[in-house]
Amino acid sequence: MSIRVIKEKCRGCALCVRSCPFEAIHMSGKLPEIGAACTECGSCLEVCAFGALEKVDDSRKSDIDISEYHDVWVFAEQRENELMPVVIELMGEGRRLADKIGCRLGVIVCGENIDRLTYELSCYGADVIYYADAPELKTYTTDAYTKVIYEAVLRYKPEILLLGATHIGRDLGPSIAVKCGTGLTADCTKLEINPEDKKLMQTRPAFGGNLMATIVCEKHRPQMATVRPGIMEKAKYDRDHECTEIPLEVSFEDGELRERVIKMVKSLREKVSLTDADVIVSGGLGLGGPEGFDLIRKLASRLGGVVGSSRAAVDAGWIPHSHQVGQTGTTVRPNIYIACGISGAIQHLAGMQESKCIIAINKNENAPIFEVADYGIVGDLYKVIPAILNALDGVE
Amino acid sequence: MRIIVCVKQVPDTNEIKIDPLTGTLMRDGVPSILNPDDANALEAALRIKDEYPGTTVDVLSMGPAQACYALRECLAMGADNAYLLSSRAFGGADTCSTSTTLAYGVRKLGDFDFIFTGRQAIDGDTAQVGPQLAQRLGLPIATYVQNIREVKEKTVIVERQLEDGYQILEVNRPCLLTAVKEWNEPRYMTVIGIENAYRKEIPVWDEKDIGIDVQDCGLNASPTKVFRSFTPPPKGKGEILSGTVSEMAQSLVAKLMEKHIL
Repeated sequence: MSIRVIKEKCRGCALCVRSCPFEAIHMSGKLPEIGAACTECGSCLEVCAFGALEKVDDSRKSDIDISEYHDVWVFAEQRENELMPVVIELMGEGRRLADKIGCRLGVIVCGENIDRLTYELSCYGADVIYYADAPELKTYTTDAYTKVIYEAVLRYKPEILLLGATHIGRDLGPSIAVKCGTGLTADCTKLEINPEDKKLMQTRPAFGGNLMATIVCEKHRPQMATVRPGIMEKAKYDRDHECTEIPLEVSFEDGELRERVIKMVKSLREKVSLTDADVIVSGGLGLGGPEGFDLIRKLASRLGGVVGSSRAAVDAGWIPHSHQVGQTGTTVRPNIYIACGISGAIQHLAGMQESKCIIAINKNENAPIFEVADYGIVGDLYKVIPAILNALDGVE
Repeated sequence: MRIIVCVKQVPDTNEIKIDPLTGTLMRDGVPSILNPDDANALEAALRIKDEYPGTTVDVLSMGPAQACYALRECLAMGADNAYLLSSRAFGGADTCSTSTTLAYGVRKLGDFDFIFTGRQAIDGDTAQVGPQLAQRLGLPIATYVQNIREVKEKTVIVERQLEDGYQILEVNRPCLLTAVKEWNEPRYMTVIGIENAYRKEIPVWDEKDIGIDVQDCGLNASPTKVFRSFTPPPKGKGEILSGTVSEMAQSLVAKLMEKHIL
């Protein structure tokens, strides 16, 4: 595919030049010229008022027969024989996609002594479980997991393979994708099936969340995506769900595994499970100092929630980074998100705007946080939060 | 020892604003910078050079001609040589295609002990090119490296960051490591470094120089395509409560109860 300028229609207004997020368009005389930086994102097509730009297909055909590929697969990442929370989200999303396509939901899991995990995965709705059980797979290494999963993909040919965008998923995903000669979309926040051709449309943020891009992988299989934790709806647990289990053969030659885990060191940081919380109360620079988090903690514990923060409060040293919500912190979607003294920089909004109910408390009525809030209170948080605590006491 | 550091020049995404009228990105005047994680990767290489005299640190990038600025910054920090892969044929590459072109560039550079890259670039945030490059070159890899504990004769012992701590990992050499910002604090450029940086020639290689078929690079070789891109729609604005502080608090709690949110 490439973008072409239809000379007869172009009026030389240069709107496309300004709209291009990649600075790929330059004016050459009165006509725009599409440069090498073009990614065919289509921003220019949307702004052109004269229909003078079009996408044309000039790509080389791939050699694979995509009709041989079926089923949606989820990679079930385990650490110390516990499923990562994102796996249950992927199962929920994978089920939805499989139903749209009309295919099965498969799961691939690697580890040692993983009977309990395969049972859990079955309850979370897997139709087929491909499992590899071997001592070399107890903890993740790139070489071992890549080999096992690559061989399974070659043999069973899934059309979609989803991984959680954890540190491990983002190591494994690219390694498998290169082996399979297919594409990979990183850190997706939305997945859809195109109703016309049943292909996977993968939406992800770029440019620090300033731009969203929907990516397709048309001619290569599987269509692979890593999915940001905390975004998708969790799968339902059903004890009676039945599935087929298929063991995968595992054998490694001497010297084939070139990475060895010597030891795992758990961080001693306070464990903040932002992704699992139903209620998050977050504080920002508006607190005025670290002691402000005492009040935030009070409201959070009253509501049975946890404490979050903006990047600014972390940078100021008021609270550890593990509390940070946003683009460079954790993405969350709790039932209730209360933003106190947070103005709402785009990077913060990117990490919390999927929350079911957002409440913003801020002195500045023009703060961008109010643009995404379901309920806004303009006022001093040191007065508003105590009043809310009072009101909560009043109802019980 | 020889270390190859792969870097990218990126727009400073913190400086990007959205045009409120058209809803498009305003790139005018947005400065281009050396990708922050790549600066950590380079710093890690330079520290090995400090420790093991005789080490060569070579920097490789793929990008438009302007990416020379980022490469000169690397030279000014203390890199020995810099090379740029630049051609119209490389344009529009996704991560998969980028890693192929970089792999050809690395092969042209010859033998090495380590390849370092940043964990991810701030414009795409994919963290994919590092592992993809390792896979193409058949190298073992450790991503999210926050420290090198020991360089042994045939292996290296690193700390690999995870969400809840880190792994101590022994990896065969040669290998590829991707750096996180917690690894180190990148050094400043020195005056002498800057002077040297501008005297040095940066070879610019195109597809013929690295021997890659045009069908195997750029957009042609990208399995993923951008179907469309858009500015994220703001969530609909909600209700701003009014009244005294206590009235607003009462009304908020009442509304949450009413909708069964509380």
